Amino acid sequence: MARWLTGALALLVLLSLPAFVTRPHHRHVLIMILLYAMLAAAWNILAGYCGQISLGHAIFFGLGAYTSTTLVKQAAISPWIGMVAGAVVAVVVSQAIGFPVFRLRGHYFAIATIALGEIVQTLFINWDWIGGARGVFIPIRRPDSLLHLQFHESKQNYYYVALAMFALALLVTRVLERSRAGYYFRAIREDQEAAASLGINVARSKQLAMAISAGLTALGGTFYAQYILFIDPESVLSLSLSILICLVAVLGGVGTLWGPLLGATVLVPLSEGTRVLLGGGGKALDLLIYGGLIVLISVAQPGGLMALWRKGWRRAA
Amino acid sequence: MTAEILLQSVISGILMGFVYALIAAGLSLIFGLMEIVNFAHGEFLMLAMFGAFWGWALWSVDPLLSLPLTTLALFVLGVLTYKGIIRWILGGPMLAQIFATFGLAILLRSGAQFLFGVDFHVVRDPWIHGRISLGGLFIGLPQLTASVAALAAFAGLYWFLTHTETGLALQATAQDRQAASLMGINTERMFALGWGIGSACVGVAGSLLAIFFYVFPDVGATFALLAYVTVALGGFGNVPATLLAGVIVGVVEVLGGILINPALKYAIVFLLYLLVVLIRPQGLFGKF
Amino acid sequence: MSLLSVSGITKRFGGVVANQNISFRVAPGELVGIIGPNGAGKSTLFDVITGIEWPDAGEIRLEERRLTGLRPDQVSRLGVGRTFQKLRPFQGMTVLENVTVGALQKCRDVAHARREAQEALERVGLGEKADAYARTLSTGQRKRLELARALATRPRLLLLDEVTGGVDQGSIPGLISLIQDLHRAGMSLVVIEHNMRVIMAMAQRIVALHLGEVIADGPPEAVTRDRRVVEAYLGQAYA
Repeated sequence: MARWLTGALALLVLLSLPAFVTRPHHRHVLIMILLYAMLAAAWNILAGYCGQISLGHAIFFGLGAYTSTTLVKQAAISPWIGMVAGAVVAVVVSQAIGFPVFRLRGHYFAIATIALGEIVQTLFINWDWIGGARGVFIPIRRPDSLLHLQFHESKQNYYYVALAMFALALLVTRVLERSRAGYYFRAIREDQEAAASLGINVARSKQLAMAISAGLTALGGTFYAQYILFIDPESVLSLSLSILICLVAVLGGVGTLWGPLLGATVLVPLSEGTRVLLGGGGKALDLLIYGGLIVLISVAQPGGLMALWRKGWRRAA
Repeated sequence: MTAEILLQSVISGILMGFVYALIAAGLSLIFGLMEIVNFAHGEFLMLAMFGAFWGWALWSVDPLLSLPLTTLALFVLGVLTYKGIIRWILGGPMLAQIFATFGLAILLRSGAQFLFGVDFHVVRDPWIHGRISLGGLFIGLPQLTASVAALAAFAGLYWFLTHTETGLALQATAQDRQAASLMGINTERMFALGWGIGSACVGVAGSLLAIFFYVFPDVGATFALLAYVTVALGGFGNVPATLLAGVIVGVVEVLGGILINPALKYAIVFLLYLLVVLIRPQGLFGKF
Repeated sequence: MSLLSVSGITKRFGGVVANQNISFRVAPGELVGIIGPNGAGKSTLFDVITGIEWPDAGEIRLEERRLTGLRPDQVSRLGVGRTFQKLRPFQGMTVLENVTVGALQKCRDVAHARREAQEALERVGLGEKADAYARTLSTGQRKRLELARALATRPRLLLLDEVTGGVDQGSIPGLISLIQDLHRAGMSLVVIEHNMRVIMAMAQRIVALHLGEVIADGPPEAVTRDRRVVEAYLGQAYA
């Protein structure tokens, strides 16, 4: 009961935030927090719950962004339809990828996903029809329209779309946690052979986790494209994006429901803040702090901030 | 496409392959010892290259002259990494193992960017420059030097592992940690030594690369990716096999570049790797 | 008709022959013990039966169904449950969740599966530990947990690898009577056991392995008197 209350309270706070946070730049930070929280939650389903540490999730993000953008540009199809189409493309690609790479385990799997990410990024850089290395601008639509998922008057509407997507990721995670598939995912994470000896079709479960994770990630990609209105292989398909998604989840706590939001709440403002303070300039101070934080967390508290939070909670109670 | 260009490319691929092999050998040695991939390996290489570069820029010391010092520095860095980070996550969850070194990679790369900026640096007028012509084929002397030296370092590593007491103790630890410790081997020392030697490999490789390659904070990323592929191709922990795997990677990279599309050369290497692990998940020469 | 028939199983690892032409049968409701010194190929045999390893020659059937060539999960769904010599509980899950994973095989509803898992836990005497994390259990409790997890899949045949190995002396009688209860309730079991006294007390029939081969197969009294079995065990602790 208390857990439901906390959840409801959190949701209420999230819903009313734009009323207090009015400056566009601050709203931008909130939107990015929700976006990264959502991406980390999607990654978490595959990596945190099912134990398959993917370092190539930018593939699915990029597919979402590029599918909807291409449909908008070439056929003036609503990005909402493009969003669904992007998710479908990502799911199909994820299944094709999963077939070979799920035979690999642990570090081998992680490295294979890096290699896949690099292949996909290279292909997009050299694919002129969809913009190549130069990238694509999404045509600007006025006036603001939910149908075309573009809002220029105020960032508030973007905020609510991002919130809805984060809520969706949270909901999917919650449902999975209590479902048969969720039990199977965790069993596979803990011990693949033992899981198989209990009748779990390991390959099929991994593919399912991958499909859900890839589909959700692609939704985030479409949102990003419609929000920033410019995409290129560097911003939506790079290894550093894949890693950033993982970092958010790892910092917050993998395999936990609220870890991704916690991680994003710490990392995104850190990144935005240092950029404002130092005016960018390629100083990469935010990454310097990230790197240090991640090493520290890995060594001292592999459970992430969620584990610290729980410890503090227990001590207080 | 003439046969000469093809031959020329294959030769430069093989030459580069020896350097890849040396980088990968360090990675493979560490993995063989404790089943941990050093995701900061490329950043270690980058640091070695910067070390060589600053030695030249500040005191006009040629990278080849500062090589022993750079190698020693990297050895120390490896040992410190083990003592400061790796030792604490050895029995930990896989995620902690992956992200501890990943975090270190980000820390080092952004640290280099913070201190040195994102510009490309180059060592001008190194001792060895120019090229030689062999029956109509041109080979860059720096590349040739780097390649031969990398091969020599590789051979030295192999000799050390197979012919010295310490090397054999390292191998015994890799085979069976418990048995080794029962035989009186100080496995803790072996782990630290393994990290030292594994990092020293990129100390050598970085100094060699600095005489003909740009030096910049992101330089490690590409080499590291190629090193992972090389190690995975050869089979993790199988140090000798990385030599052949390195040459394969080097040749495929160059041939893919000239025969298919230069922009796709790395993608082709990665594709080859995926094809191999699809058929043999343990790599070409790995044992599961 | 036999429940399990193992015929002519041979398994090599490189040059090492782990199982050499092994054949034996298990009748419905029977409790068969498998004994043999270390390295006799007992655990490999379980791995071959459950599909973790594929044999180089020979065939395994569960009644009419061929098990050879199937994956571990398929073998499990056909009704063969097992425990591992080296215990493999899902460390990061609670005891109840561990067993629920097993129960979900036959019963798709999670709430229902959790109730079944709780019952299985009561059956092995771990009911009170349901909410503890598996990593906090003692070795004896982990053995019970693995047993409950396998039981929850409602198997027709249970393969137990080293029931008393590594368990403190005080917990052994409880584990023995647990297995005897299961047997009395009609479960068919194949049990690998090092402790001769334990296996003599439980098994109706004993199959003795040595260097990968079956050297004796029969009632416990006959097998322990067998000259080759005694020789194989010479020098080993005859507990």
